[in-house]
Amino acid sequence: MSFATAAYNTIFKRNSVYVGSVFAAAFAFGIGFDSGVTAFWDSWNKGKQWKDIRHKYVQDEE
Amino acid sequence: MNFILILGPNDYQSFMNSRLTLASATLFTTGTVAWYAHFYGTLPFLGEVHASHLSDEGLHPVAYPWPHNGFFDTFDHASIRRGYQVYREVCAACHSLDRIAWRNLVAVSHTADEARAMAEEVEYQDGPNDDGEMFQRPGKLADYMPAPYPNEEAARAGNAGALPPDLSLIVKARHGGADYIFSLLTGYVDPPAGVEVREGMNYNPYFPGGALSMARVLFDGLVEYDDGTPATTSQMAKDVVTFLNWAAEPEHDERKKTGIKAVILFSTLFVLSVYTKRFKWGPIKNRKIQYNPPVDKTGH
Repeated sequence: MSFATAAYNTIFKRNSVYVGSVFAAAFAFGIGFDSGVTAFWDSWNKGKQWKDIRHKYVQDEE
Repeated sequence: MNFILILGPNDYQSFMNSRLTLASATLFTTGTVAWYAHFYGTLPFLGEVHASHLSDEGLHPVAYPWPHNGFFDTFDHASIRRGYQVYREVCAACHSLDRIAWRNLVAVSHTADEARAMAEEVEYQDGPNDDGEMFQRPGKLADYMPAPYPNEEAARAGNAGALPPDLSLIVKARHGGADYIFSLLTGYVDPPAGVEVREGMNYNPYFPGGALSMARVLFDGLVEYDDGTPATTSQMAKDVVTFLNWAAEPEHDERKKTGIKAVILFSTLFVLSVYTKRFKWGPIKNRKIQYNPPVDKTGH
């Protein structure tokens, strides 16, 4: 019950805070979801993508 | 039978034997058949005979296990790089690649410096300058791949009348796609007994009709790969087909990655919407409607 109360007081009580937390959560989910899919993608396609073979051909790495 | 009885046998006879009935029935039948044939091409339930043979369609290619076949699989970019080398050293002598620019190779198979260096080896016409003259300049990243022939007529004249097709979209433009191109490149054999191939043509069972102007071009050791891969015929064919598949679908890797995200998100949303629907409709569908008859208050 204390969690529900705390959640209510911090997030849902004021509409401005609620809308702000919706946007913040969407932003965080977007980044997290994208990096999660990318991590799976890169491990599935290990060694096939350009970033995996790029180091063989780059001349001057600064 | 009633019809006949009312009109009498003579009326029926004269109706069935009249020229007008014959003409209109014939017209109706012909018209219907013609109309059907116009819409659907052929008539049903009638066998057809074609003056053709299965070899006219070309041998169906085997389905090869390409590294980029799966839902989650990108192109093998090392293979694209080798395939570009094969295209440049072998195919580019006759085939153009109009829709690919040097910049498209950057971060796909070559670094920006490599692509720039390769572009600078080619001279492009530019202009006009301040004097109104066209001039030649070394290529830039934004330039498109140079064509081997200035126009179609020159290409035909250089290849005994046959036009080498542009390879930008060739994998999309042929039935069988990558499998077909690979089979074609590695499928040159001697014509079987009884098959006559005209002068200047070459026999390939995968090519519709069997004879094509392009001769076999890939032979073991034709190019030397800089990553040490043995340049066998099938290796070169696989690499150049991967390169051409990339050229036809440069968006391929990004498309599949976006597809994963879309499938995950949309299936989550679908499950949510099904749950919400059941949640909202549950009380309504399970509600019992009870009828209370009005109490008789007249006091009988």
